[in-house]
Amino acid sequence: MKILIVDDEKDVEMLFRQKFRKETRSGNLELIFAFSGAEALTILGESDPPSVVYVFSDINMPGMTGLELLDQVKKKFPQISVSMISAYGDSDNYNKAIKSGAKEFFTKPIDFDSLRKEILDLINT
Amino acid sequence: MILENIISIFIINYLRKNRELTVDFSKWEKLLKIGIGVGAALCFFEVTHLLPNSLLVILTIILFGGVTYLSYRVPGFSKGKSLVYAILPYMTISFAGQLIEIVGTDFFEKIENYFEAAEFFAILWALSIWWSGRKQKKALEIERLKALEKEREYEISQKLKAELEIQVTARTAELTRQKEELEKTLTELKSTQSQLIHAEKMASLGELTAGIAHEIQNPLNFVNNFSEVSEELLQELQEELDKGDLEEAKAISQDVIENLKKIHHHGKRADGIVKGMLQHSRTGSGQKEPTDINELADEFLRLSYHGLRAKDKTFNAGFKMDFDPALPKVNIVPQDIGRVFLNLINNAFYACGNSEYRKHHSDLKPMVTVSTKKLGSKVQITVSDNGPGIPEDIREKIFQPFFTTKPTGQGTGLGLSLSYDIIKAHGGEIKIKSEKGKGTEFIIELPI
Repeated sequence: MKILIVDDEKDVEMLFRQKFRKETRSGNLELIFAFSGAEALTILGESDPPSVVYVFSDINMPGMTGLELLDQVKKKFPQISVSMISAYGDSDNYNKAIKSGAKEFFTKPIDFDSLRKEILDLINT
Repeated sequence: MILENIISIFIINYLRKNRELTVDFSKWEKLLKIGIGVGAALCFFEVTHLLPNSLLVILTIILFGGVTYLSYRVPGFSKGKSLVYAILPYMTISFAGQLIEIVGTDFFEKIENYFEAAEFFAILWALSIWWSGRKQKKALEIERLKALEKEREYEISQKLKAELEIQVTARTAELTRQKEELEKTLTELKSTQSQLIHAEKMASLGELTAGIAHEIQNPLNFVNNFSEVSEELLQELQEELDKGDLEEAKAISQDVIENLKKIHHHGKRADGIVKGMLQHSRTGSGQKEPTDINELADEFLRLSYHGLRAKDKTFNAGFKMDFDPALPKVNIVPQDIGRVFLNLINNAFYACGNSEYRKHHSDLKPMVTVSTKKLGSKVQITVSDNGPGIPEDIREKIFQPFFTTKPTGQGTGLGLSLSYDIIKAHGGEIKIKSEKGKGTEFIIELPI
């Protein structure tokens, strides 16, 4: 199962890889990364239908924001689940994200236990 | 000889009355009285014939000679001069006649007619002198009156002058007092200005804190996450060692090493942000150093954005960066130019992102763009927004100190004025392009 993580902070990749070390080693999970909304859309468009099943995206990014990416993904690939990860867990952002079709809304600093639970739920279904 | 003596008495009396005031008269008073007495006595003897005629004539001549001497030689009696001058011919002729009569009566009788004619002319002479003297006197009197008038005018003008001088002194004192007051006010204003500049600095620091908090939070999250995950990894490492899987143990320890590097990197990142904040609050003494403008703009764009986000939950705006990757380093005071960026970016966000504006323009997506470009020997930095634009009548005022369109208490009105000063101090330019309903663009040009 392929998951795409979008964040302009590059170190997020290393962190996720280590956090989901066991899951990726077992082959149940494959993590790919994009560092901007535009890059994420390119990756998603590479294969048809897209191999990615779940996108986790940061909201505050230069250029395309996570919320814009959410709209684009939902428009082009409605089958892909999208969850937001933001330092700003205010109701404005939350409502916008949920209204645009986000599955979940995670706040930074990331609670990896709940994130793992979300991903494991996805693998098990 | 009575007439001659009466003339002498008359002249003496005239001298007494018309002496010049500068002379000490007391010692002459007695002499003049004696002269009058002698004249009267001579008249008396003339009438009574008690003394011989020749003696009377000589005494009369001596008396008149004395009078002439007084008038001509003694200072103080010079007013008698003209009188003596008028009568002198008559007296001389008369005396000459008398003397000739005494010496030779017969001869005198022969020439008496000539004497009478001469006396007649002498009288005419006296009269004409008297007449012209009178005229002169009148003219002199007019002159005197004129002089008096002038003197009075002079006195009046002196009085006015004195009054004016008093007024001038009072006015000068008043002006000096006002000048001192103004100087005091100026000093007060200067100190107020520096206080305000400090306050503005602190206010912008206040605006910064929220952004700084967020910017520190990011690296701190990494520090926490990486140390946490390292702990997990080390436990796994122990498990692998117990199992004897050395390959895996090596791989894990390599990860831990990488993690520690990351922890160090993000720790330093947070450190740099705190240092920048301290630098921002420090007054003056900024040193120019070659600075990466892109990095600086990026830093302050994030600080501004996160600051506004943290302060006002209803605030919402996007931002874009369009940086020239080939931008050379520019020699600037980073914290000063940073403040300019912060001011301009904050303003841009405020213009298009404040809730009041968005309420009326809900279709518009607020967007702030910061771009950099190399322009020959200059670097151009543009901060633009898609807010309401700046009306033309305000555009000229926005760089003036204390000018603000924000509600009272929300802006010091010093941000742009300070920005202007900072850019000028760097030898640069700051310009505005604004279109109503389209947005505003602040363009900074700095020499490389």
